[in-house]
Amino acid sequence: MTADWPILSAVIWLPILGGALVLASGDKAPNVSRWLALIFAVLTFLVSLPLYSGFDPTTAQMQFVEKAPWIPLFDVYYYLGIDGISMPLILLTTFISILVIIAGWEVIQYKPSQYMAAFLMMEGVMVGVFAALDAMLFYVFWEAMLIPMFIIIGVWGGPNRVYATIKFFLYTFLGSVFMLVALIYMYFHSGSMEILAFHDLKLNLTEQILIFVAFLLAFAVKVPMWPVHTWLPDAHVEAPTGGSVILAAIMLKIGGYGFLRFSLPITPDASSELDWMIIGMSLIAVVYIGFVALVQQDMKKLIAYSSIAHMGFVTLGFFIAFIIMARNDVDSGAILGLQGGMVQMVSHGFISAAMFLCVGVLYDRLHSRQIDDYGGVVNVMPWFAAFMVFFAMANAGLPGTSGFVGEFMVILASFRADFWFAFLAATTLIVGAAYTLWMVKRVVYGEVGSDKVAALEDINKREAFVLTSLAVAVLVLGIWPAPLIEVMDVSIENLVRHIAITKL
Amino acid sequence: MEYNLTTLQPVLPEIVLLCAACLVLVVDLFLSDRTRLVTYGLSLAALIVTVAATQYAAGPVREVILDGSFVRDPMADVLKTGLLLVSLFAFVYAKDYLRELGAFRGEYYVLGLFAVLGMMIMISANSFLTVYLGLELLALCLYALVAFHRDSKTGAEAAMKYFVLGALASGMLLYGISMVYGATGHLVLPEVAAVIAAGTADQTVLVFGLVFIVIGIAFKFGAVPFHMWVPDVYHGAPTAVTLFLGSAPKIAAFALAIRLLVDGLGGLLAQWQDMLIILAVLSMALGNVIAIAQTNLKRMLAYSTISHVGFIFLGLIAGTDKGFSAAMFYAIVYALTAAGGFGVVTMLSRNGLDAENIDDLKGLNDRSPWLAFMMMLILFSMAGVPPTVGFFAKLFVLDAVVSIDLVWLAVVAVFFSIIGAFYYLRAVKAMYFDKPLVDVPLVSSLDTQVAMSVNGLAMLAFGIFPAALLGACRAAFGG
Repeated sequence: MTADWPILSAVIWLPILGGALVLASGDKAPNVSRWLALIFAVLTFLVSLPLYSGFDPTTAQMQFVEKAPWIPLFDVYYYLGIDGISMPLILLTTFISILVIIAGWEVIQYKPSQYMAAFLMMEGVMVGVFAALDAMLFYVFWEAMLIPMFIIIGVWGGPNRVYATIKFFLYTFLGSVFMLVALIYMYFHSGSMEILAFHDLKLNLTEQILIFVAFLLAFAVKVPMWPVHTWLPDAHVEAPTGGSVILAAIMLKIGGYGFLRFSLPITPDASSELDWMIIGMSLIAVVYIGFVALVQQDMKKLIAYSSIAHMGFVTLGFFIAFIIMARNDVDSGAILGLQGGMVQMVSHGFISAAMFLCVGVLYDRLHSRQIDDYGGVVNVMPWFAAFMVFFAMANAGLPGTSGFVGEFMVILASFRADFWFAFLAATTLIVGAAYTLWMVKRVVYGEVGSDKVAALEDINKREAFVLTSLAVAVLVLGIWPAPLIEVMDVSIENLVRHIAITKL
Repeated sequence: MEYNLTTLQPVLPEIVLLCAACLVLVVDLFLSDRTRLVTYGLSLAALIVTVAATQYAAGPVREVILDGSFVRDPMADVLKTGLLLVSLFAFVYAKDYLRELGAFRGEYYVLGLFAVLGMMIMISANSFLTVYLGLELLALCLYALVAFHRDSKTGAEAAMKYFVLGALASGMLLYGISMVYGATGHLVLPEVAAVIAAGTADQTVLVFGLVFIVIGIAFKFGAVPFHMWVPDVYHGAPTAVTLFLGSAPKIAAFALAIRLLVDGLGGLLAQWQDMLIILAVLSMALGNVIAIAQTNLKRMLAYSTISHVGFIFLGLIAGTDKGFSAAMFYAIVYALTAAGGFGVVTMLSRNGLDAENIDDLKGLNDRSPWLAFMMMLILFSMAGVPPTVGFFAKLFVLDAVVSIDLVWLAVVAVFFSIIGAFYYLRAVKAMYFDKPLVDVPLVSSLDTQVAMSVNGLAMLAFGIFPAALLGACRAAFGG
């Protein structure tokens, strides 16, 4: 389906334009920049809604396609379009961006206009990553994302922010430049920069493996997978709350999306050849990183490690498909794994955002993220405690919340591949519950920890609004995930059929 | 050959600039220090009029005049326009700096204009003699410019080093030229090429000459291992001179390489390809790694220049029209970026104090958010991060390298560009994450601010719409 007006372009450029305006508004009247930013964020979200309502879930074709020549001499097009895989992620982006703007409302006093502008611009760029169908356009958005994030962590971050942000930038830059070489290489063999043309490009196994490794470097760093995850705890701990939310809720998803859009369909044989490696890395992330999370003293670090463990489920779901397909069980098992990974991505987007916002609420009041500094918060902040306990349950994968759906689907798919994979993956239900609930126990329950805690005030309306909207999203997705699964069903099925056919 | 004025039309831009430079020289003699702005205004006007003359003389057809020693082709048109515009930016940035230094004298602009003339002659050279003529005109002006601030010891030292090493390199180049002349019996480049293509020349002498010519080119570019002069000269020269020296001559050096290696010695592609690969890899490696250790901003940018030269060579290595146009794109973009980068350094230098260290960038976002934003665009462009134009410059040369199946070279290049990203990030960090060391507000005149805004936003504009400039570069190589 092609819309009568360029919705995707609007969703990309509206926030970027808004960001430029907010930047121009300056810091003389901070409230003007804040309201301006909020208006643009809400407007962008509204503009992105037709992507859902006008979406045709019965086809795997790209929809809302826009195509115009950009650099004709290199066959690069301004080529946008979405399918069932990218559409939910775009809506996730526009939704979370509003919350991030609201969450930074009074908290950010230093140069609020630059803060808001950075988030708005990043929103547009991230939507661009999900919507780009031209490899070079994708790459431009992919890299451009780094600049605002670099600034956000570095300017508004914690004490060790410079180390964290440079590490973040260099890690991701390192990962992605090799992908650039792979893209150029494929351009020479296909004569086109279109991602869909790459899907049908014949490549021999050696080429596929090299290209797969180049993609893996880019996406594994972004996801992040063990052992290239070490930038994430640093970045999360030092980033301001909004930065952590965007990082966890959306940026990590871009890595997962990359696997679905590039690695799997372009190099199916290499993916199949190296699936043991990815599955191994994913299981290490799920089990080992889960235990690492258990011993954290810093709340943000704990949630960061829990993010890595949860993203391990995503990659596990994607690559378990190859083992299942080797047994000719395409229809149910492989699709289930991929769908589970996708649901896990969206769900983790909500839950991790909520968890970081909860920590942000505490941090704004006490300026500490250490678990030991808290205790008995429920006595002074009952409303907040209710939210925090709810989101912690969701993070632990309680049935009825969205956290359960994705994990359950992936574990179910793993059973079709190998009992032991499923067994190891399922340990997260215990470990995940252990680290999350233990943290909640130490922070929320018990005796009031100190005088400072006793003086805490409960959440205000602004914070309540942000947390409520996320709680609703988590519940709805947990109880009734069908709409999400429906929109991506056909696209995933098509993808699975594509990767089941060897390119050799 | 019939000789009348109309046949001189291709050389019109050079004639215009020569007359204008002489005019500025004479008018400046009659000006007092208070009316020195007239010199500045006249110099800018001279550049603008020359741009107009270049556009007037431009055309798609290649024209050769003056007994084959001068050529005007689409490549020359684009390079000259780029060169003049970059020089225009450099002249504007220099003004405030020179006034603060108490060195706002006409010499800077007169020497600058003659240097531009020398570069234009290099760009349009079609014989070994014209190449050398343009090169020496440029070099002599630059030697004098580096020593321009009489009271500065470091300036004098830098000029001395530059002069000695530059003379040595010119000698090498001349020696190489004489070898090739001996082997082929021609000075006009296409005729040299014809003899080489016919295969009648002595291959040993040719390659021997080629080695010296490549050394001369590498020196002018500042490629490793002929880079020794770059950091010292960039550091020692007054920033206004570094600004000029570090930007426009890169375009001329590119033209020098194309005229000599492609127009003249294109038949020896296989030989010079290997030499340039070594130079390129060494330049990217050494430039990027050593830049990390620098605390002086000018030295850091000098080493960064060396690494960028490696990237320009990548485009030449491909030996295809696509590669040459990619290298041309890179050279023009880099000259513009470097002008902006050094321009910010000159704007930070006030009250006679040179802002030379990375620490001087600290807190720029607090002192002047707009200037910090422009500098950020420039630094990210140098690092090659989209959506700035530096990314496309890198993309196109990488593409050229991959197209001749040198994927390993592309991997080496991107690897060193990651290392390079670190020191650019450190500069961005100083601007945005650190508190200012001094709280003096930044003052600069309106023309400087406008030029800086145009320059910075050009990084973004060419980054979002690279097609036009790339198209012009491709057209220059008949694509």
